[in-house]
Amino acid sequence: MRDVSIIGIGQTVVAEHWDRSIRDLAVEAALKARQDAGVERVDALYVGNMLSGELNGQENLAPLVADAAGLPPIEAIKIEAACASGGAAVRAAALAVASGAHDYVLAVGVEKMTDLLTDGVTSALAMAADADYEAGHGVSFVALNAMLMRRYMHDFKAKHEEFAPFTVNSHRNAARNPYAMYRQPVTVEDFLDSPIVSDPINILDSAGICDGAAAVLLAPAAEARRSRRPPVRIAASACATDTVGLAERADPLVWQAVADSARLAYRQAKVQPKDVDLFEVHDAFTIVSVLTLEASGFADRGSALKLAAEGRIALEGDIPICTLGGLKGRGHPVGASGTYQIVEVVQQLRGEAGAAQVKGAKIGMAQSVGGSGSVAVTHILQV
Amino acid sequence: MELPRYHRMRRTLYRLEGSACAACSKRYFPPRAVCRVCRAAGLEPFLFGGKGTLYSYTRVTQAPRGFASVAPYAVGMVRLEEGPIVTAQLTDVDGVDLTIGLAVEMVTRKIRDAAEHGFIVYGYKFRPLIREARPQP
Repeated sequence: MRDVSIIGIGQTVVAEHWDRSIRDLAVEAALKARQDAGVERVDALYVGNMLSGELNGQENLAPLVADAAGLPPIEAIKIEAACASGGAAVRAAALAVASGAHDYVLAVGVEKMTDLLTDGVTSALAMAADADYEAGHGVSFVALNAMLMRRYMHDFKAKHEEFAPFTVNSHRNAARNPYAMYRQPVTVEDFLDSPIVSDPINILDSAGICDGAAAVLLAPAAEARRSRRPPVRIAASACATDTVGLAERADPLVWQAVADSARLAYRQAKVQPKDVDLFEVHDAFTIVSVLTLEASGFADRGSALKLAAEGRIALEGDIPICTLGGLKGRGHPVGASGTYQIVEVVQQLRGEAGAAQVKGAKIGMAQSVGGSGSVAVTHILQV
Repeated sequence: MELPRYHRMRRTLYRLEGSACAACSKRYFPPRAVCRVCRAAGLEPFLFGGKGTLYSYTRVTQAPRGFASVAPYAVGMVRLEEGPIVTAQLTDVDGVDLTIGLAVEMVTRKIRDAAEHGFIVYGYKFRPLIREARPQP
């Protein structure tokens, strides 16, 4: 297997793009990644997307994007792994380059959610759950996470307000990211006053509905020096799975797929959690940040809230998370989020994160989670 | 949501039928073809008794399509007496102070709106356990 580097990145602003289609968004990100790299050649395209069929009435998405970006006749395939689709597309691209099948491979994560009203989006997102035994009973995706959060608060005697620092951190960092959707800082008081969606989860526990696309161009590390921008090496790429039905796990509060993908990634990169300079966490809900930090080895069971309370997740802390806003602050266009995370880690490792820069960052981790922890893709990038 | 789905799910939806592994005696709901613990195939049907306790619960206010007429509604994860956890709607809980550990039992109720396909989908929900009537002393 060959070493693989990221030589170009591109992203659209995350927003409610009323006047732009899924095709428009994907093409913008793809073109920006190629311009950033200063490389014209693309041998294959992997499009990370979760719900284009349901939200936009469009499948066969990858040829659509390839065509609009002027790339045919190259190989183009859509990669779906629920909310982890964006990470999974980067992994597919990395495998294609590492294997020697292709040299210059583009991964584009894209989701266009605002074509439907909230009930349609709620139904669509529930497709990441078990259709027969969760979604079919009217159990929304928010409801599943709400039940996890309630159980966590019960088992570890946690108060709802203890989750606030995650949201405060994400919004504070998003304010420094021109591509982020929610650039207004929020306070603990705002968090406590936020309306309940599915108790105990409130609006500010939850990443919002939005549109966006992000892209990375990958190449063999040996050829990466030809690119315009400093290359960033993919030191690890790992994927693991668990039951789709949340209730079917021995302990629903242990996200084993996350733990397994992180463990595989640490082994590939030959690093430990303490070596990681920043961690782009899949903070779709505050409870997900907590469970993934614990599963990934940054906190013991029941103690991730302490990381946040002590300020260790802030940009100047020892394990900065969601450094450019995360899913909560930047926005969570579901199938695109995993690719945004990779783009943001590259920005940090190149030293191009502006006011959100983590000083001296050399090793960054990005973790994209689908369903209620049923699929996890972890990448570790290094300069 | 089409008719064949509910037809093929009739044993799970109406009877709470899961499966059990003959090799290691692990019980599953929903039923599985392959045991997660010992990886043995050919699991046998197993009928659950329908009693359990609340592992967790919440209330759905933003209902998915097909559930608007019943919203807001309570849902829960129920730890069955035989071991597995089932995710389902809770019913008969108006005025009930829901707590983790509350004893509940399975009942058969209407699951969702009928409007979009014309037939009514029934299945399991869980309600607070009604204790057996005891003779007055």
